Amino acid sequence: MNTQIMEMDTADKIAAIPIEEIDVARPSLFQNDTIGLFFDRLRKEDPVHYCRDSYVGPYWSITKFDDIMAVDTNHKVFSSEAKLGGIAIQDMHSVEGALDLEMFIAMDPPKHDQQRKAVTPSVAPSNLQLLEPIIRQRAAKILDDLPVGEEIDWVDKVSIELTTMTLATLFDFPWEERRKLTRWSDITTAAPETGIVESYEARREELIECAMYFKGLWEQRINEEPKNDLISIMAHSPATRDMPFLEFLGNLLLLIVGGNDTTRNSISGGVLALNENPDQYRRLSDDPSLIGSMVPEIIRWQTPLTHMRRTALQDWEIGGKQIKKGDKVVMWYLSGNRDGSVIDRADEFIIDRKNPRHHLSFGYGIHRCMGNRLAELQLRIIWEEIHKRFSRVEVTGEPERLYSNLVRGITNLPVRLHAR
Amino acid sequence: MVKVTFVASGGERREVEIDKGETAREAALFNDVPGIDGDCGGVCACATCHVHVDPEWIDKVGRLQEDGMEAELLQFAEGTTEYSRLACQIPMKPMLDGLVLHVPEQQY
Repeated sequence: MNTQIMEMDTADKIAAIPIEEIDVARPSLFQNDTIGLFFDRLRKEDPVHYCRDSYVGPYWSITKFDDIMAVDTNHKVFSSEAKLGGIAIQDMHSVEGALDLEMFIAMDPPKHDQQRKAVTPSVAPSNLQLLEPIIRQRAAKILDDLPVGEEIDWVDKVSIELTTMTLATLFDFPWEERRKLTRWSDITTAAPETGIVESYEARREELIECAMYFKGLWEQRINEEPKNDLISIMAHSPATRDMPFLEFLGNLLLLIVGGNDTTRNSISGGVLALNENPDQYRRLSDDPSLIGSMVPEIIRWQTPLTHMRRTALQDWEIGGKQIKKGDKVVMWYLSGNRDGSVIDRADEFIIDRKNPRHHLSFGYGIHRCMGNRLAELQLRIIWEEIHKRFSRVEVTGEPERLYSNLVRGITNLPVRLHAR
Repeated sequence: MVKVTFVASGGERREVEIDKGETAREAALFNDVPGIDGDCGGVCACATCHVHVDPEWIDKVGRLQEDGMEAELLQFAEGTTEYSRLACQIPMKPMLDGLVLHVPEQQY
């Protein structure tokens, strides 16, 4: 089969869709990775786009960098409140059988501020310095155990393993059971269509099991001296220790998802990007000091969370369009990160950009990702350790992508390692 | 041009020049002063250009307004003091010629 011709055909079809019919909420567009063609059209033809009818209801798409920045930093007009629908294109409380989880990412000030402040110290720079040697030691062990010359799944063997180990460290979670964290992260963002859970009921059951497990850890930590792990911090901090249980669980899951899916997919996405851009891979091999600027470029390129959503608290104009009070507004970070009017040669993966951190993947404003430096730390360490051991991580087959409009995930990435 | 001195957490001083009308963030970034990241592009949206204004200069620079985006962002930053400001919010007016800013040990 000639894939070149098939791709042309797809591009022609996308180019022919009437602009008002474009609906970028469809998870299949992310799974088959044609979503970029839709965003290219929206940025050019209708950068603030209204979709009247979709499986998640009507919504606005904000697709250009500066407009996204304007919405993200205007939390007085654009609310994250869970009761209004929360932070994802699919309303948090619209789903039957879902738990009424509460998390500070889906709150407005002042409650958001108190809870975020309480957990921020766990990922503060001073704590990251303590974490670095531990993460490096674990990354080294993961890579040392990999077979050279055989085909392996990079996602399972490296991306999941490293992020799970880091999370287990942050939570001081029982080591042998750490893959539970991976599972709970996966199901928190999963809908039944993804195949990850059978139904919302089944998901609810598993989340309750997760809740009970963490309740046990909480009770253990609250009776111990305060420590630096996240559960201990939450159990002892005045801002979080009296939290209602679903709020405690919601915030824990937020920290798990925040630290798991995202970094996992950036670790996989970096391997894929370097294989798709062999000139950049050669430059990296020749000069590993480029890892520092490559890491934020990988995070821009992958954009592991495609969007965040807000709800308008009043009428507001963006890009000449009239947003009405109550409207759902989706900031497509994945699109803004390809906006050539702000990012030079935005469609290219370039590992030594001048301002590599000027991207949208972490969001901006008061909800900006609090783990952003931890994410960068993990990526930097894994690439430094890869460079010491392997001359090349060669992608040997097609990647499989996640069926999701929120998490831009790679679920399988076959690779072969070449020894240095 | 106006002069700004950045003092690293270890005490090392670095004097740089910047055009009037730019901000202290640009003074740092254009001259590759370490410890000032300025991820967001200078629009008060990320708190990665956190500085401690030298106490001698705080009245001329102005203290942090309690109510506003800068304060909302700085509340999540590490190592804030009563002299904390975001460098992107300090326009380099002629009256600030010679300004001294201390770079915190870590930039969140």
